[in-house]
Amino acid sequence: MKQLLVFIRKEFYHVFRDRRTLLIMFGLPIAQILLFGFALTSEVKNVKIIIADNAKDVNAQQIINKIKASAYFIVEEATLNYNDIEKAFKKGDIKCVVIFPANFGNDLLGIGKAQIQIIADGSDPNTAKTLINFLTAIITDYQRQISPVADLPYTIIAETRMLYNEESNGSLNFIPGVLALVLMIVCTALTSVAVVREKELGTMEILLVSPFKPVMVLIAKAIPYLILSLCNFILILLLSVFVLNVPVQGSILLLFLESMLFILACLSFGLLISNTTNSQQTALLLSMMGMMLPTLIFTGFIFPLENMPWIFQIISNIIPARWYYLIVKSIMLKGLGFQYVWKETLVLVAMTVILLSIALKNFKKRLS
Amino acid sequence: MEEKVIICKDLTKQFGDFTAVDKISFDVNKGEIFGFLGANGAGKTTAMRMLCGLSFPTSGEATVAGFNVYKQQEKIKRNIGYMSQKFSLYENLSIVENIRFFGGVYGVPEKEIKKRTDDIIRKLGLQNETKKMVGDLPLGWKQKLAFSVAIFHQPKIVFLDEPTGGVDPVTRRQFWDMIYEASASGITIFVTTHYMDEAEYCNRITVMVDGKIEALDSPKNLKEQFSADTIDEVFYQLARGAKRSAD
Repeated sequence: MKQLLVFIRKEFYHVFRDRRTLLIMFGLPIAQILLFGFALTSEVKNVKIIIADNAKDVNAQQIINKIKASAYFIVEEATLNYNDIEKAFKKGDIKCVVIFPANFGNDLLGIGKAQIQIIADGSDPNTAKTLINFLTAIITDYQRQISPVADLPYTIIAETRMLYNEESNGSLNFIPGVLALVLMIVCTALTSVAVVREKELGTMEILLVSPFKPVMVLIAKAIPYLILSLCNFILILLLSVFVLNVPVQGSILLLFLESMLFILACLSFGLLISNTTNSQQTALLLSMMGMMLPTLIFTGFIFPLENMPWIFQIISNIIPARWYYLIVKSIMLKGLGFQYVWKETLVLVAMTVILLSIALKNFKKRLS
Repeated sequence: MEEKVIICKDLTKQFGDFTAVDKISFDVNKGEIFGFLGANGAGKTTAMRMLCGLSFPTSGEATVAGFNVYKQQEKIKRNIGYMSQKFSLYENLSIVENIRFFGGVYGVPEKEIKKRTDDIIRKLGLQNETKKMVGDLPLGWKQKLAFSVAIFHQPKIVFLDEPTGGVDPVTRRQFWDMIYEASASGITIFVTTHYMDEAEYCNRITVMVDGKIEALDSPKNLKEQFSADTIDEVFYQLARGAKRSAD
């Protein structure tokens, strides 16, 4: 037991003296959270649009005022012909153009039918769709305003709510994903590199010749990274609550325990990688390719899993991060209890047991 | 009769069809400096790994420090020290931290660790460098420190796998002074080397060729037996017949 403590102390020396490790350990989560929280947001705010008002009548002006009043747009008014529109888009800072035809107000009040043209920059389809939705909503709203409900025989008003995310906070979805991603990178990559480094240096041999049991070497390697990962987990939670305003709805203890389970799964994978390779570069590459990419693609926090071909949906099942992502989403965002995530938990437990036993078996085999 | 700390009989290691070590037999006496010579790929390291408890022999018998290499590997590990050709201390730990770590791993009591650490630092003249990271020390110091760490827990036998590779002649001489000192205090030295002048420092040497022991005696007797002036010549006469190419 004392030997184990001596070993763990040594591991901490390594971590705190290696600037690169520290950077990956604590720089990465901060950078990821800030990136996903602020830079890579899918929200549409303060978008520059051009309104070409060829009508110059009351109705057009009323709609323009409504558009200006919303927080989503920065409106520029200009009279454009068709060629100018193309030029404006090519410059890139304009996302959308709204054109009122010359006799907009007359058409609307006279024949009861008027047209507005909305042209959006489709090279960024998500933003374009959102913009068109916003604009259409504003126009529909105006329509309702000028023709009182009583005049229409039937109306259906769809009232929409974004459940669990009433303010449509874009960071919400990213937090569980980033949590999974960062824990994955820290645990898998750093653990595998830490073990392989000893092989590269030749110190592994010295350790194996010592009375210190080989399995204990693995345990002693894993424990510091387990502790550091839990610190990381707390750091990410603090950042998400206080910087990105994403509160934890469910039990923090449950979240903590589930995270510990996920960390164990990642550590086992890291140890498995370290058994199969002898160079730090290979270990790093394997954990990045083997873990980071699948985590990014198959957890569903960037690309919706439902839209993938069935074969990829099946593959996604073997990615531990996918299950952890579901668990975190349920607990953190929906505030659900253990009875709703026990299935996912069971899958993670099974994965951890399998990974760990393969890693240990592999390790013993290499010794003899 | 002298006390024997290593007894080896028909020790063999096979990897598939390849016989890395082929029925080697020898005894090593307590306090002896026992040299293990051979070209690359002759099987030195494999033989050494079996004696250190790092791998199981395919057949044959061996005891190290009185313990069986098949059944008592754990006990063997407690009684031996080991230093490999690769420098094997932690570069980003200081001298004292390295010593404390390895002392701790071998279960040396805290008080003893302090005392022996002071001894080592005084002996190596490192009083002003104790806080320095080991990576910043010159290679010669590193190797001497590594040897001190290998015998820190006062093992019965210390295995040295080409300990002086890449070290300058002066430091090599100092290194061998340390080996003599350890041997005088009763520690048995089992050393592999490429340097034939170092072979002359040993009490007895074996020459391995293609996994077999081709010669085993004191350097003086070997030179007489092969009517050679130096061990170098003895070695060439024996190694010329090798079939395995060096790797």
